Amino acid sequence: MLILGIESSCDETGIALFDTNKGLLAHELYSQIDVHADYGGVVPELASRDHVRKTIPLIKKVMADANIAKDDIDGIAYTSGPGLVGALMVGACIGRSLAFAWDIPAVPVHHMEGHLLAPMLEDDTPAFPFIALLVSGGHTQLVEVKAIGDYQILGESIDDAAGEAFDKTAKLLGLDYPGGPMLAKLAESGTPGVYKFPRPMTDRPGLDFSFSGLKTAAANVIRSEGIILAGSKSTQNEDAPENVEQIKADIAYAFQEAVVDTIAIKCRRAVEQTGIKTLVIAGGVSANTELRNKLAKLMEKHKGQVYYPRHEFCTDNGAMIAYAGAQRLQKYGDRDLLIKARPRWSIEELPAI
Amino acid sequence: MKILAVDAATEACSVALYNDGEISSIFEICPQQHSQKLLPFIEKILSDSGIKLDQLDGIAYGQGPGSFTGVRIGVSVTQGLAFGADLPVVGVSNLAIMAQQAIEQHDAESIVAAIDARMSEIYLGCYKNVNGFAQLINNEIAIKPELLRKEDFDLNNSVSVGTGWTSYNQLLTSSFDVKVTDIELPNAKYMLPLALDAFNKGLSVTAEFAQPNYVRDEVSWKKLPGR
Repeated sequence: MLILGIESSCDETGIALFDTNKGLLAHELYSQIDVHADYGGVVPELASRDHVRKTIPLIKKVMADANIAKDDIDGIAYTSGPGLVGALMVGACIGRSLAFAWDIPAVPVHHMEGHLLAPMLEDDTPAFPFIALLVSGGHTQLVEVKAIGDYQILGESIDDAAGEAFDKTAKLLGLDYPGGPMLAKLAESGTPGVYKFPRPMTDRPGLDFSFSGLKTAAANVIRSEGIILAGSKSTQNEDAPENVEQIKADIAYAFQEAVVDTIAIKCRRAVEQTGIKTLVIAGGVSANTELRNKLAKLMEKHKGQVYYPRHEFCTDNGAMIAYAGAQRLQKYGDRDLLIKARPRWSIEELPAI
Repeated sequence: MKILAVDAATEACSVALYNDGEISSIFEICPQQHSQKLLPFIEKILSDSGIKLDQLDGIAYGQGPGSFTGVRIGVSVTQGLAFGADLPVVGVSNLAIMAQQAIEQHDAESIVAAIDARMSEIYLGCYKNVNGFAQLINNEIAIKPELLRKEDFDLNNSVSVGTGWTSYNQLLTSSFDVKVTDIELPNAKYMLPLALDAFNKGLSVTAEFAQPNYVRDEVSWKKLPGR
């Protein structure tokens, strides 16, 4: 069975062809980072405008790359939610209409299910049940996965997502959007122990997260050190400290350490609470090297294993949507012609397959 | 020639079919429901005429101006259908669609079309009747209605169409001597003559070039300092 996957939930257009026998045949990603960088964050209207320009050309490209004709395709999977409604709408309209034109079923896919199944695109795949840590700019969730479609949220962020905290703190440090990965890079030259940030919500039981306070903690240090940062360029006072770059690196280090520690503490609790020894991490922040190392050590200690998708499938992509759609197509492929865009949609509402 | 016309750019959602001279259409005012209605409308109008999508010669779409999301629903559905069935497309202005209706229903010679653009503005386009086709005179613009100057826009003796005239009725009718019609929203049926003309003139493009014309492009999102 050959599935075309369409992802357009935020600021990336992802298209892929997944074959249930042959695996991933082709995939393409167009990132709008350059469009949004000038604004310091994603502008939803601009995101929608870009999706409507890029989606069809990318579909043409993956079909050409994989040497696939339209008659070969058995179904279309499109991201139905959660995400930005206008952005979702473009992929959903194109996906559903294309399925109508080709007289094949379409399947609306849950974006976070796509992420948590992304490691299944690799050779070494995790077995059920597993704990999934979904960490991105929009989400921070710990999910117990008993089978595809059998999900229980164990904990989630009560305010900012981890990736959002990364990006916001990076902005405070004068790094361009999306600054999370650049903050991680800056942290490499940071000195351990100079600053100590809190590990929010680890002093009480439970698996929920809170990351907005860490941004405030970073802002407080920035203020007390007398560093002034405006917009994308740093504009320093005359009496600013000479070693401002080092201070920034030290702040980045302490911030990242706090986020990674906090996530690791919650993951340890989830493993201990459920007795499940397999951890899957996905979403943009799962590309973070420190997080991967920390969680690898944690799972080693628990004689378990951690799985994550290859780097390019950590962030939003069409491959994970095509894969998730392929799992659901036979039971949930629809021909009802309703274009389904669901900006808010809990993963727990998904039916089992 | 067989042409399908689709529009979701305003509160109205409509489709129309030109089937070798026979015209059918579906029109419904259904704000916020276009994504639920548009494909079922298309399926119905095609099956009622016993036409399959790939028997069409092309698809015309309402390209805006209108609601950004609504315009994109019409455009992206058009893209999906046209790419899927290898059909050429033409975009038609939503202001022109209403002007065309005024020509057909009221024999209008000059038409001023205005769509309520929110944010205290209207989308405005002035048209004249050229051999039965609505032809744009100025550029389509987004403008605050109180900034319309008589010297810039010779609207007198025009026929007016669109929600802009309803929303700013007093302001506009006190400044301009126009004949207000009951044509408020674009209907895909009146896209057909303009679309046929465009197809006949070879002005069609392939699916990915079906694109919105937002008119309001100078948007007010704030850039970071220094950008």
